[in-house]
Amino acid sequence: MSLVISHLARRFGATQVLRGIDLTVDQGELIALLGPSGSGKTTLLRIIAGLDWPDAGGLSFDGADWLAKSAAERRIGFVFQHYALFPHMTVRDNIAFGLSVLPRSDRPAKAQIASTVDGLLSFLQIEGLADRYPAELSGGQRQRVALGRAMAINPRVLLLDEPFGALDAQVRRDLRRWLRGVHDSAGTTSIFVTHDQEEAFELADRVVVMNGGVIEQTGHPDEIYDHPATSFVARFLGLTVEVPVTMRAGRAQAAGIDLSALPRRAMADGPATLFLRPADILPVPDPQAPFRVTEIASTGALLRVVAQDDAGCRIEAEVPRREGRDLRKGQPVALRPAAGQIFPGGPQTAAVPIQTPMTLKEARP
Amino acid sequence: MSVAAVIDAPAGRQRRVLPGFGLTMGVTLTYVGIIVLLPVIALFLKGAEIGPVRFWDIVIAPRTLAALRLTVTAAALATAFNALYGLLMAWVLVRYRFPGRRLLDAMMDIPFALPTAVAGLALTALFSQNGWYGQLLAPAGVSVVYTIWGVAIAMSFTSIPFVVRTVQPILEDLDPGLEEAARTLGASPFQIFAKVIVPAILPAFLIGTTIGFARSLGEFGAVIFIAGNLPMKTEIASLLAVIRLEEYDYNGAAAIALTLVAIALVLLVLSNWLQSRLTRRRVPA
Repeated sequence: MSLVISHLARRFGATQVLRGIDLTVDQGELIALLGPSGSGKTTLLRIIAGLDWPDAGGLSFDGADWLAKSAAERRIGFVFQHYALFPHMTVRDNIAFGLSVLPRSDRPAKAQIASTVDGLLSFLQIEGLADRYPAELSGGQRQRVALGRAMAINPRVLLLDEPFGALDAQVRRDLRRWLRGVHDSAGTTSIFVTHDQEEAFELADRVVVMNGGVIEQTGHPDEIYDHPATSFVARFLGLTVEVPVTMRAGRAQAAGIDLSALPRRAMADGPATLFLRPADILPVPDPQAPFRVTEIASTGALLRVVAQDDAGCRIEAEVPRREGRDLRKGQPVALRPAAGQIFPGGPQTAAVPIQTPMTLKEARP
Repeated sequence: MSVAAVIDAPAGRQRRVLPGFGLTMGVTLTYVGIIVLLPVIALFLKGAEIGPVRFWDIVIAPRTLAALRLTVTAAALATAFNALYGLLMAWVLVRYRFPGRRLLDAMMDIPFALPTAVAGLALTALFSQNGWYGQLLAPAGVSVVYTIWGVAIAMSFTSIPFVVRTVQPILEDLDPGLEEAARTLGASPFQIFAKVIVPAILPAFLIGTTIGFARSLGEFGAVIFIAGNLPMKTEIASLLAVIRLEEYDYNGAAAIALTLVAIALVLLVLSNWLQSRLTRRRVPA
């Protein structure tokens, strides 16, 4: 029982939104499609749902070709980013909708629909809201109702488009844990789309990082976090510091940077680029070092330290404030990264801006 | 609730972001009073003067009754047509993209912009024995001019935009997610229309058709040319009121006018009540 996506491509006018997606999702898995906006993740989700069709490629579930089936025939549960609850129906009627539109021959009796809805209401912990209208609910409550409505038809796959995108941070964290619980106890296969790395990592069994219509990396959250497969994933996961290094006998070398903590890599000698997280870099006072502290700013718990060498290489580090007490502006420092990722090839030209990864910060109201 | 309103609110009196509530409200109420309310009140007073017995006599006089019956029946026919065609028109304008859509959209306003007498003349010319449509209909034994059908067509022409223009914005704002949600939940296209779209546009649709009906009841200019105005046959109520006025029968005119107003008013109140019932719990409190 698995969902198999092969070589899926989709173009909107001149824009190639998906460029050959291959992915297999196993029964009971919770998958996150993670990527910046425009990466094609929502389009992929909509194609799985049957709300959009690819130009090329295949999609099958349990051996059945899903591209030949309509959204209704696929029996998927789709939770929309803005919930799309029917405004003229009560919570109860919203959740019952999928059952009440079944052909008369398959439709459960009224009493049976009511008991299914009651079961879902208590499962989703919203018993008290049964007779309210969507306009009378908070964002978090609407989210639960939307999920209930999608689950009522006992979907083969549950698809969630930015499920927490429109909620504030606290509600978002609570709902995230709650959704994980719901997924585990319902035992469905679920795929959700998010641009929030933290959300994807906390919730998913497997994270699929997408960019520009292709899958950059698929894997367990920790695996992706520790070993980003491409420079895009590295940048997206917060390895925002890029340093040109030279590989020699499997070790990276750069003036003023102590790279002894990094493991030996099976890479050919030559220029390479080292990706670092600011929090993994420790500036150590060293009168011989080529780097000088040019900026220090406190965020309360952390010190944001910027060091620069004469060649103009600018490196940002984040140090716990207690450990950075001796740092002064203008002081020469050596940099000691605790972890990093190396990709062959020199730094891409200035065309690559150091992007802050998309996090919930920007969506926060 | 805006932030500014919260911050600015001193104890006791709540201040608004934009000043001028008193002024704008005053102007609005004065206008409503002078232009809308006063004439209606005057009409009611005039009607009250007549006395109930005399009033009743005027209304149930055969000629008045025939005129009222024709007016209401034709308006109902026109409204039934407008309800269907107006909905279809709004649907086509919102849901499809085709060359000439903007032109069609603009054309929907012609009945509002055109002097109704011009519309009446044009319709009469089209449907008369040797007009474009009349020529085709005459052999089939159908005559439109000087019949209730002509009255209904004229009424429908002038009131169609009410339905289109009330339904159109609601249809435009309808979240496409609602239909997609219904689709993923297994609803058929007909079920989506009946269970998701219709409930969403019903309040606006009701208001649009009711206003269209009220407008049809009072339509004068477009109708009198095509109706032929034969007493007892194709004479509409508002024309009869004018005739009474010309005969210096002010009471007769007032009684007929008042009856028309009453019918329109009852309908409007009814549809507003229905609408508020339908939308009561859809908007956040």
